[in-house]
Amino acid sequence: MHELSITQNILEIALRHAEQAGAREIKGIDILIGRYSSFVDDSIQFYWDIIAKGTIAENAVLHFQRVPVEFTCQDCGAVYEPQEDDFACPRCLSPRVRVTRGEELRVESIEVET
Amino acid sequence: MSQKISVVENILSANDQIAQKNRAAFDQAGVFAINIMASPGAGKTTFILKTMEALQGRLRLGVIEGDVAGSIDAEKAAAAGLPAVQINTGGDCHLDAVMLSNALPALPLDQLDLVIVENVGNLICPASFALGTHLNVLIASIPEGDDKPYKYPGMYRGVQALIISKIDLLPYVTFDMDYFRRGVEMLNPGLVTFPVSAKTGEGMQAWADWLVEKVHSK
Repeated sequence: MHELSITQNILEIALRHAEQAGAREIKGIDILIGRYSSFVDDSIQFYWDIIAKGTIAENAVLHFQRVPVEFTCQDCGAVYEPQEDDFACPRCLSPRVRVTRGEELRVESIEVET
Repeated sequence: MSQKISVVENILSANDQIAQKNRAAFDQAGVFAINIMASPGAGKTTFILKTMEALQGRLRLGVIEGDVAGSIDAEKAAAAGLPAVQINTGGDCHLDAVMLSNALPALPLDQLDLVIVENVGNLICPASFALGTHLNVLIASIPEGDDKPYKYPGMYRGVQALIISKIDLLPYVTFDMDYFRRGVEMLNPGLVTFPVSAKTGEGMQAWADWLVEKVHSK
């Protein structure tokens, strides 16, 4: 359900940037979604087909780039994707770790026809 | 002619901007605000009512209740003598900054020290939608199981305090506290944590004292 408001935001961002560029049509939108961001790209596409109708973005193709989760070990510096049931460093087993990637939720770029 | 335009804009930036306005409204009124999140059935409303008891005479409290439908929680809070506002999200699974902004005029902010916002019961998305509160708090209740940090990492990332509730049930359910706390620590290092039982009252005073300290040091 919450993907509806996300989709509206994506449309608003894309239209605003397209207008600034004087574009006639938006052909594509590049979107970054981190795995920890709690959003699902299938649902966004579903809402898109409804809410983008009648705008210059109605034929835009949504390109989703899913960003995997990345942890960095504070002890040995290893950068890794954690297991689902344990986030500890796989190299030195330290629990002193930080999430360093995977929470992104951004519109990266749009492809327009001017 | 086809061309690519760089955008690099956070999809939630519109929400974040309204959240900043909410924060400014709280600050102007000298109010500290907290956003309480948890799964359905974790005991959010009971916890809030017990928190109110523990704060009696120390802070002037108001409550904003978020729910998918109905007004039972706000009625409970009002029955306990609190200024209370109900927000029905109409099916949405979280509160957002606009909903909070619309609810704020219904509270006498100038006469309050602390506003507790009870978010919709859900462990997936409420943490993604900033409200403008000063503190995000997650309640994790013992019967939910010790694996929740591993299953809902986004939620544990987005909070500044953790309540481990219903600890009176620890003798009756399988819950590996070390495993739970280890997951929390790896997602959110140094997160301040309060084990409590709203039923027996255990731990509630420590939480209330900490909250009073937070409000006064704001």
